[in-house]
Amino acid sequence: MQMLPIDPSVVEECRDLAARVADGVHSFIDRHTTCSIERTVLRAYGVDGADPDGVPLVNTCVERFVKTGHAGCGIAWFLGRALARGAADPQEAAEVLAYAPETDDGEGGPDLAAVRAALAPHTARALERIDRARACRESNRGLLAPSSQPGTPLKYVIVATGNIYDDADQARAAAQAGADVIAVIRSTAQSLLDYVPYGATTEGFGGTWATQENFRIVRAALDEEQDRLGRYLQQVNYSSGLCMPEIAWLGAVERLDMLLNDAMYGILFRDINPRRTLCDQYFSRRIVARAGMVINTGEDNYLTTADAVEAAHTVVTSQFINEAFARRAGLVDEQMGLGHAFEIDKSLEDSLLYEISQAQLVRQLFPRHPIKWMPATKHKSGDIFWSHRVDGLFDLVGVATQQSIELLGMMTESIHTPFLQDRFAAIKGAAYTFTAARHLADELRWNPDGKVVARARQVLADARDLLRVVDREGLFAAIARGVFADVKRPETGGKGLGGVVEKTPGYLNPILEALEGK
Amino acid sequence: MSAPGSPPSDAPPPAKKRPPHPIRAYGDRRDDGRIQLSFTLPVAASPRAREAARRFAEAMGLRAVLVAAMEPAGRDYSFFVVYGRADVTLDYGEIEVPEVTLPEWGWKEINKVIKETLHRKVVVVGACTGFDAHTVGIDAIINMKGYAGDKGLEAYPWIEAHNLGAQVDNAALLERAKELSADAVLVSQIITQRDVHKENAAALIELARKRGMRGLLFVLGGPRIDHKLARELGFDAGFGSGTKPSQVAGYVVDRLVARAEGRAPAEGRE
Repeated sequence: MQMLPIDPSVVEECRDLAARVADGVHSFIDRHTTCSIERTVLRAYGVDGADPDGVPLVNTCVERFVKTGHAGCGIAWFLGRALARGAADPQEAAEVLAYAPETDDGEGGPDLAAVRAALAPHTARALERIDRARACRESNRGLLAPSSQPGTPLKYVIVATGNIYDDADQARAAAQAGADVIAVIRSTAQSLLDYVPYGATTEGFGGTWATQENFRIVRAALDEEQDRLGRYLQQVNYSSGLCMPEIAWLGAVERLDMLLNDAMYGILFRDINPRRTLCDQYFSRRIVARAGMVINTGEDNYLTTADAVEAAHTVVTSQFINEAFARRAGLVDEQMGLGHAFEIDKSLEDSLLYEISQAQLVRQLFPRHPIKWMPATKHKSGDIFWSHRVDGLFDLVGVATQQSIELLGMMTESIHTPFLQDRFAAIKGAAYTFTAARHLADELRWNPDGKVVARARQVLADARDLLRVVDREGLFAAIARGVFADVKRPETGGKGLGGVVEKTPGYLNPILEALEGK
Repeated sequence: MSAPGSPPSDAPPPAKKRPPHPIRAYGDRRDDGRIQLSFTLPVAASPRAREAARRFAEAMGLRAVLVAAMEPAGRDYSFFVVYGRADVTLDYGEIEVPEVTLPEWGWKEINKVIKETLHRKVVVVGACTGFDAHTVGIDAIINMKGYAGDKGLEAYPWIEAHNLGAQVDNAALLERAKELSADAVLVSQIITQRDVHKENAAALIELARKRGMRGLLFVLGGPRIDHKLARELGFDAGFGSGTKPSQVAGYVVDRLVARAEGRAPAEGRE
């Protein structure tokens, strides 16, 4: 693939600026925890189950300590004390925390050494659990073909029936038709739930609830199917919203391959409090890093609200920021599926050239990253035949610029969640394009004075300028001013701020310590 | 619902008998009735499956069925593309559909009409309600940027537009509309599963009636919405895919002007 002639010093400046932006927020992240982080710690220790009203035990525990103002000590401190006082295991200890008549105030009783000693074997077991899941995934991958058309973008499709058993059937059918990656879309309300629902579910809105049991059901179907097909099948879910780190943990345990996980998406598109999301993304990405999963970031969404021509540089800016945060959480480049999309107005002359320019630019800026290429959604209509043709051009740009993961466009976009046949038609169309243009990238030579190169340089320069502004203002202020996606989110607005807690000097979180390699 | 002698501008036109106008589907030649459809059957592709598809189409009333394609869409599913002749004749003259009557106003005229007729800003509140988290519709109508080159309501100096965003509860929407003394409430419903969009939209109108707020203009929009459905659900008007902000603004202003001039009483006030 020939590279676009862009100035490497601009790229370097973008990375330096993004690093400073992330560092500016990290001092806040390091001084705070959240109720979802603490619930994740309990889940890591094996605490499971829900009460008859469906309230998970981890919520009951953590909320109790938030109320008494002791959550800043870290739930592990109290769990360890209950263990040191004789609870048989973390589950029993959590029940004590949730239901004992008196809430532990953390004073007197077992000291730090005793608490650490009580937790140590359980911390080791927690890490073993996700390490084992990672080993199992990697062993399965080693035995099977990596995808249906190696060397071309992974074919990623969504299922979204609302019923996990139908989802599993549709996932199998999609895999049989040639899909490599299956995402089960979540019920639209889930990002705003401050708990993870429990058990297998058969009703949802525009998608299916993400639960540990639902993860297991789909993974089991894919495990069986991949052995029949002789190629590995990847499973995706959403580590976003108010339960970002908990979903990351459940995904790690259940061997998910990818998680939608973005440092800013929840803030911008779900109006989740900025402080909450930035703390949660850090812990969730620590888990992702250790578990060997791939994140998918959500920059494609910027172009559904802002204009794809005018706001192209905000996508690149956000990708650099997402990369900087991901690095600080221990992810390697190969785990960063930075997102972008084919969303330019289709009535615009040379829109295809601008799409090629942006896709090639992103490919080059992030060379080892599994770039996630998203289809047109905004400029589509109920004319499925026209829509299918739009997706054909999208597929062509995807293979020509060597995108890594391609979420296939659906001809019925903007009509309904995909029918089985819609997915089939999309996979068949993409397979044709990927075969037909398999080595197109090797043949392309950029016109140094042409539109594609000029556009790429402009977008990169604009991204650098915006990064300078964000660096000057700080990320919280920039988000509040509406720099990304035309959406304004003040630092203390949005949902979930009440769950952000300042750490006390004695804050204890052995799971985080282990994930940080301390 | 209208006062004698002053029909509201979106009432059906007076019953005017149209001449008979029989129509059939047009494929290659007039009245050949040829149509195409595609569907999936939950069986593996095979000669039996192909025959099942043919019979399926026949059972739908198609004649001269041609199964043009049978594709294995998975081990136990077959995808079919089928052509056939539909022996259906409709009298187009008998078809009446309520349509929103819109003034052909652009951005300039709308602002001028508000300024000169209402002498005050028009207040509009919009939201995606219920579980719907997809703001693309309401954003296209309200946000400055607009849609397809047509500026959004925020770009109108004489309209004060508030976009409350996604997943707004019906009660919260009405509460906000009251606080802002809104003239019109715009509701977008994009995502649906098992008709939840209808239930939620109808519940909003019910709640508005209970709170004595049905006098506001209620407008529903979304890809599965048309004016007829919106009216059935109790809204004043409905707009489907491809609607431009100026059409919504024009409708709202036209109705407000009509009310101000006493040409059309607000629903629920007569």
